[in-house]
Amino acid sequence: MTTLEKIMEQLKHYDGPPIQIMEVCGTHTSAILKTGVKDLVSDRIKLISGPGCPVCVTPASFVDRLVSLSLQPNTCILSFGDMMKVTGTEASLTGAKAKGGHVSLIHSPLQAIKLAEENPDIQYIIAAVGFETTTPSYALLIDSMVKNNIKNIKLLTSLKTISPAIGFVCENVNDIDAFLCPGHVSVIVGSKSFEHLAELYHKPFVIAGFDGPQILAAVLAIVYQICDKKGEMKSLYKSVVSYDGNPAAQNITQRYFTPYDALWRGIGVIGGSGLRLRDEYAFLDAGTEEEYDRQAAGCSCSDIILGKLSPEECPLFGGVCTPLSPVGPCMVSAEGACGIYYRFGKRGMTS
Amino acid sequence: MCIATAGLVMSMDGDNAKVLVGGNILTINISLVNPTVGDYVLLHAGCAIEIIKEDSAKELMDIHKELEGLMNDHA
Ligand code: SF4
Repeated sequence: MTTLEKIMEQLKHYDGPPIQIMEVCGTHTSAILKTGVKDLVSDRIKLISGPGCPVCVTPASFVDRLVSLSLQPNTCILSFGDMMKVTGTEASLTGAKAKGGHVSLIHSPLQAIKLAEENPDIQYIIAAVGFETTTPSYALLIDSMVKNNIKNIKLLTSLKTISPAIGFVCENVNDIDAFLCPGHVSVIVGSKSFEHLAELYHKPFVIAGFDGPQILAAVLAIVYQICDKKGEMKSLYKSVVSYDGNPAAQNITQRYFTPYDALWRGIGVIGGSGLRLRDEYAFLDAGTEEEYDRQAAGCSCSDIILGKLSPEECPLFGGVCTPLSPVGPCMVSAEGACGIYYRFGKRGMTS
Repeated sequence: MCIATAGLVMSMDGDNAKVLVGGNILTINISLVNPTVGDYVLLHAGCAIEIIKEDSAKELMDIHKELEGLMNDHA
């Protein structure tokens, strides 16, 4: 028997106490559905999606502000594609564009530099959404703006950090026993961040890559820890994730941004869970106002994000709500659990 | 949007590098890492965030291709 077969054998026949494992990042959710991991493990082991989709947790106030800015003269919003269909109180950026709003898609915030230089009369606004993985690229953009004396770019920020959100889940959602850590956030913050959480909450936190065997190995590492009543950080992805993370990325983020108590859509305010521009750089802020929230009628995104419900348990899933006409942000984004379950389910894959 | 992929560094010029990603050559900011030509890098939002081994890079390229295919199917 190969090592992988042995792992699968043990996971298939696990008959200990029920275990609920939260995977925090959408890429893991996709990999879990793609590889059929859920069907390879005992039904006593449940894999649940968590809050790791930045677009899904962006409050309505952010979208509302973007929509109104997009309709101002000589102003252009630069956004990642994922944000386009997320609805604020009433409209989305797609809707704003249909009404004559100016919105362009970008793949990288750094694209703004060239645009701003070529069109000095346009005020560009970056829709700055993301977790620790994305924030360094906004910091690099600001660095470049400062160095090149570029004045026609501002940022509207809704930047979040994942550790406080995981802490919130540990404190408020009782039945999550362990976490599959977000791999690419770990690249920036280092495995030490999850070691800290494991110590604080005495739960297993395992860092793994995105192929089926690595995820299965991570699940087994969690099962062993739970059987031994341990709660430790373990990294199975040491070739990519270091203990300290990427110090250059951490430093440039700290140079321009500072923590604040951010509002998560459908969840509420989580202490120290957001990043906003430091006071010295407040002149680059496109007018971040007080954050407020709104969830579409009938949408269960808040329960999906906290792992209290699985996407298929939402009454609107797949009927009223699909990627073509999404009701909530979890169906819009490539990393939202509802969208991922829908896409993989539609292809006849396991869900 | 916070999905990362991987690419191969083809050439470098100051803070930027030409990186081969899924058959396309992209300009990527490399100031957060110190790669050399021939390294695989983990990429996110136009920046290289880590130097990685070839097998980790291949794994990410595969899942990225899969996700893009799915997104296009349901765009
Ligand atoms: S299926 Fe749609 S309506 Fe239901 S929780 Fe997901 S995004 Fe919201």
